[in-house]
Amino acid sequence: MSADWPLWEVFVRSRRGLSHTHAGSLHAPDAQLALRNARDLFTRRSEGVSLWVVPSSEITASSPDEKDPFFEPAADKPYRHPTFYEVPEGVRNL
Amino acid sequence: MTATAPQALATLPLADDALILSHRLGEWAGHAPVLEEEMALANIALDLLGQARALYAGLAEVLGGEDEIAFLREERAFRNCQLVEQPNGDFAHTMVRQLFFSAYQQPLYARLSPVLPLAAKAASETAYHRDHAEQWTLRLGDGTEESHARTQRAADALWRYTGELFQPVEGLDVAWQELAEEWHADIRDVFGRAGLTVPEGPSEGAWSAGAGRQGLHTEPFGRLLAEMQHLHRSHPGATW
Amino acid sequence: MTPVTSPPRGHGAGEGVSGTPDPAARGRAADPEAERSLQAAFDAAVAADERIEPRDWMPDAYRSTLVRQIAQHAHSEIIGMQPEANWITRAPSLRRKAILMAKVQDEAGHGLYLYGAAETLGTGRDELLDKLHTGRQKYSSIFNYPTLTWADVGAIGWLVDGAAITNQVPLCRCSYGPYARAMVRICKEESFHQRQGYELLLALARGTEAQRAMAQDAVDRWWWPSLMMFGPPDDESAHSAQSMAWKIKRHSNDELRQRFVDICVPQAEALGLTLPDPELRWNEERGHWDFGAIDWQEFREVLKGNGPCNEQRLNQRRAAHENGAWVREAAAAHAAKQAARAAQGAASAPRTARS
Repeated sequence: MSADWPLWEVFVRSRRGLSHTHAGSLHAPDAQLALRNARDLFTRRSEGVSLWVVPSSEITASSPDEKDPFFEPAADKPYRHPTFYEVPEGVRNL
Repeated sequence: MTATAPQALATLPLADDALILSHRLGEWAGHAPVLEEEMALANIALDLLGQARALYAGLAEVLGGEDEIAFLREERAFRNCQLVEQPNGDFAHTMVRQLFFSAYQQPLYARLSPVLPLAAKAASETAYHRDHAEQWTLRLGDGTEESHARTQRAADALWRYTGELFQPVEGLDVAWQELAEEWHADIRDVFGRAGLTVPEGPSEGAWSAGAGRQGLHTEPFGRLLAEMQHLHRSHPGATW
Repeated sequence: MTPVTSPPRGHGAGEGVSGTPDPAARGRAADPEAERSLQAAFDAAVAADERIEPRDWMPDAYRSTLVRQIAQHAHSEIIGMQPEANWITRAPSLRRKAILMAKVQDEAGHGLYLYGAAETLGTGRDELLDKLHTGRQKYSSIFNYPTLTWADVGAIGWLVDGAAITNQVPLCRCSYGPYARAMVRICKEESFHQRQGYELLLALARGTEAQRAMAQDAVDRWWWPSLMMFGPPDDESAHSAQSMAWKIKRHSNDELRQRFVDICVPQAEALGLTLPDPELRWNEERGHWDFGAIDWQEFREVLKGNGPCNEQRLNQRRAAHENGAWVREAAAAHAAKQAARAAQGAASAPRTARS
């Protein structure tokens, strides 16, 4: 049906200083109306100060199948975290 | 009523406009062409109802509480323009009505903001209403053949109610002529981009020139009030 | 149960469309051993109270049950707008008018959140709406009762929303991520719905004789249908056991119904209104209120389409959709024209969002 409106993903910045967070999705014929629909749906209780809308079809996501190769290698590199390092007692501001 | 009454009642037409248009938009609930538009129409209706209530609060000393003002006045005492009382019609009709009215209400509030405390907030709310109406006028005017025809028909039908908007309201210090010129330029611009023709018929005349502002309304308004007021009036003195 | 075979929608991987399992996952699922291991991983995640997310492998029956449940829930929200919208134009005070408009609007919003959640499973909103409009998917039977007086708005808020909240709060922890997230948002927003209904009834109960009678009449008519909202008794509930195991249903129908009755009895008392059940009495031993038998015949009749408003509700919904078709087509046509114009070289500078 030609009247089908595409799906958009909506991201809301809840207040200044925070990143945009995924809030949900909606349908709109184009980007301008998607933004307005997002405003009316996701910020009617003052939940946001800024909005992004992205066509759902434009998002590239990692696959759950690739979970292991994508994310496991990060698990065995404790030296990336500050708790890995020994600090002599009494040393401060480190 | 004292000699200052016209001044004291200067905001009544604005309040009645907001209440009646909010009521009309409320009739859309559950009937919108797409769910996303249910949200938009209700947001606009709620903004307008909020404006009406704030303005009625300012009139309390002269007219009484907001419910007394809204539910106990007779038709001839309402000062809203005839444009806002017009039935919704189809979505194009409602959107053209929204465009005509918000393109008037927004700059009017903007001009009143130095003297009217709520006007600044209302001006920013109505800027959104104006934008919403423009977005839809562009899409419907420049959409399909059917949507174009419906929108042009709505514009032609509603045009005659637009002249009234610029009849001076006693007590409101506004450059009405300038407001009218700005409005016409705005409508010409939006219609031009939407591929619509600005109607040429009379926008004022014996009946439509300022009639609502003087308490002369169109037939559908009586039925609107009958529906809106009947429950409140059926229980005199009750609180809700 | 007919498994929903999610048609590949040709979209990308945004949450809203990512329900179609990856071809890779599907290929692997064809191999029985791989299927077993996927099933085991799914079972372990559910058992550990982890969330299943749209692109995860999931059993077909889990997917189809969820689509049906979420869709029914979404349909209930948007059909549920009608009985209350019936009073927007007649609300007896401006304060009540504003509250009611905001509430009916929320219901449209909740429908949208839920359709969004259902779409993550690979079924588009158009398809779901079509199933609603053709009677192939249901909505809550409660909305097939009419709102005859203003007090019905209060009774719906107190009893119907109260029952809905009792049902929904546990779903905030349901195993499917997008559904659970939608429910969190809905429950947060809905907390005002029940209160406004209760407050509305309280004003009537403390008002004139006529107002009080109006309130009692509404409670009399809405009480039993509200109890039916929890669904058939546990021993007759068709899909309960599997849904409980999948954690897309977290308490039994009877358990939630009892919880609701226990909550309502003292609330009715505070209103000074009675509940229309002569068998209602405190059971010291059980620590719960005993209540009378529910007329399940009536429930089945309304479910079958013979309620007072089934036809009216569906007709209005269909009419709104059909009357809106030219609007949706116009906007789509305009978007296509604009895209074509942009492609012809009038491309404006791309705007880049920066965090």
